[in-house]
Amino acid sequence: MHMTTKAILVLLTLSTAACTRPDRFGGADGAGAGAGGADGANAGQLGGANDPTSPQFFAQTIGDRVLFQVDSSSLTPAGQATLDGQATWLMTNSDYLAIVEGHADEQGTREYNLALGARRANTVREYLISKGVPQSRLRTISYGKERPIEVCSEEACYAKNRRAVTIISVGSLS
Amino acid sequence: MLKWVLSAILATAVLATPASAQNGPLRLTITDGVIEPLPFAVPTFQAETAGAEQLANDISRLVAQDLIGTGLFREIPASAFISQPASFGAPVSYPDWRAINAQALIGGAVAVSGDQLVVKFRLYDVFSGTELGEGLQFAGTVQGWRRMAHKVADAAYSRITGEGGYFDSRVVFVSETGPKDARQKRLAIMDFDGANLQFLTDSAAIVLAPRFSPRGDRVLYTSYESGFPRINVLDVTTVGRQQLPTAEGEMAFSPRFSRDGQRVIYSLANGGNTDLYTTDLATGAHTRLTSAPSIETAPSFSPDGGQIVFESDRSGTQQLYIMPAAGGEAQRISFGEGRYGTPVWSPRGDLIAFTKQNAGRFHIGVMRTDGSEERLLTASFLDEGPTWSPNGRVLMFMRETQGAGGVSSLYSVDISGLNLQAVPMQGAGSDPSWGPLQP
Repeated sequence: MHMTTKAILVLLTLSTAACTRPDRFGGADGAGAGAGGADGANAGQLGGANDPTSPQFFAQTIGDRVLFQVDSSSLTPAGQATLDGQATWLMTNSDYLAIVEGHADEQGTREYNLALGARRANTVREYLISKGVPQSRLRTISYGKERPIEVCSEEACYAKNRRAVTIISVGSLS
Repeated sequence: MLKWVLSAILATAVLATPASAQNGPLRLTITDGVIEPLPFAVPTFQAETAGAEQLANDISRLVAQDLIGTGLFREIPASAFISQPASFGAPVSYPDWRAINAQALIGGAVAVSGDQLVVKFRLYDVFSGTELGEGLQFAGTVQGWRRMAHKVADAAYSRITGEGGYFDSRVVFVSETGPKDARQKRLAIMDFDGANLQFLTDSAAIVLAPRFSPRGDRVLYTSYESGFPRINVLDVTTVGRQQLPTAEGEMAFSPRFSRDGQRVIYSLANGGNTDLYTTDLATGAHTRLTSAPSIETAPSFSPDGGQIVFESDRSGTQQLYIMPAAGGEAQRISFGEGRYGTPVWSPRGDLIAFTKQNAGRFHIGVMRTDGSEERLLTASFLDEGPTWSPNGRVLMFMRETQGAGGVSSLYSVDISGLNLQAVPMQGAGSDPSWGPLQP
């Protein structure tokens, strides 16, 4: 029974991974529909948000993102608490890999924001490594100001856009 | 004579900018964006073959439009003309043009034979009663008629101002569609005036900040098609593209060509730290130029290739620096309030254009290469990423509107700060790069 469950889980997570590739926002494969994130399985099913070993659980319950102050890549105490949870989860669920996406708000030039996003993603990566996550399971990418999740031009939106998001993935980080 | 008059006007415009801080009539003139433009007349070009009338009309209108668009010229309407030229090259009756205060008169003729188009052009200095320069003749295809009109306008502009023109040039940029949180971006190219739009990539992956090669034959840009930011070189004619090799785990962005087109300078982010590198396109050899824990990005070479201007936050905030082309000690050149980014060295070598962010506003500005004489030319919620016209007279940049429905479009402004205009183009766009005058 246990073996069967495991196989189903892997299948589900594979289909989720197709929606969480870093280039998921476009492309001929039509993966754009998954842009909202890891919603490939329904809650209540095996592998859903109620399963503590699922990527959905990671995203919704552990918390997949940390937020930053303006032009800063320093972790807040709340951010550190979230990352402590992420590290524990990643150590427990050692089959998974993670891509850390760094983002910036729109107040800044394009190139600088790409570099700032890289800094934020790396801050998260280094924190997770310091908590024991092997660096071979982590990769970073910056989107700068290219992928806001909130669209208003006010601090309420900017605060949510200045983020680093840990995307759970399976397979090889090649 | 004519040349002298416009030079005097140009000098006034430039001098008047600092004076705009003072009171007096001059200030009203400047803040209204009105200088005393030079009046010119373009009688409809002669159609020298049957059926060439429409093209003759279109070409003369486009010549006029190019000159008016600079803000330095004013057209005298045909309704004011006392006489029309009898034929191309016929003696000009100067008193008729003096009487309506046309200082420059542009004469032209158009002949069509099958697909072939010939455009002839002469320029007259009305008040001295002489022809300014030799007559010129351009030959091409009917489909290329806009380019030939631009070439006529470039010749007229160049003879009157003593500076190179910029009308027969193209702009590569990022065409944008879709809402702010699901924006689709693709590379596009168009004439400087928005005509002849063509797409160079699809919108399957994010593309950013294209940069023309010095000869206009290739474009560098940042693409996420591999899943991570990488630099592509694209051949404008074949639309074939090649990726610059980048190591696993590194992100490459903010590329720009060296002045000889042989090397690429760019930013590489590794372990959260961003530094400047060059890659030789022929040999693939990499050279690291900076090694600081700060962000170094947005590099641009001086016209002689000897120096690089770039931005760095090594002081704690984004500021502009200049260093030797081979790397080495950098001098900070920006010292005003706020943050400075995206520096671009002017083709004349004397100015650096930049984006400035201060007190919640963005500006396009220029300063001398030693950081003196900073002047802000624009202000809005988000102005970013200036690019120089081939003659170093005009800057094009992107302006994004505020709020959930925010949209980017392209604008241009004269380096005097006058003549701010939206580029007439279809759809939204960002990250313009202005190419050279076409051969």
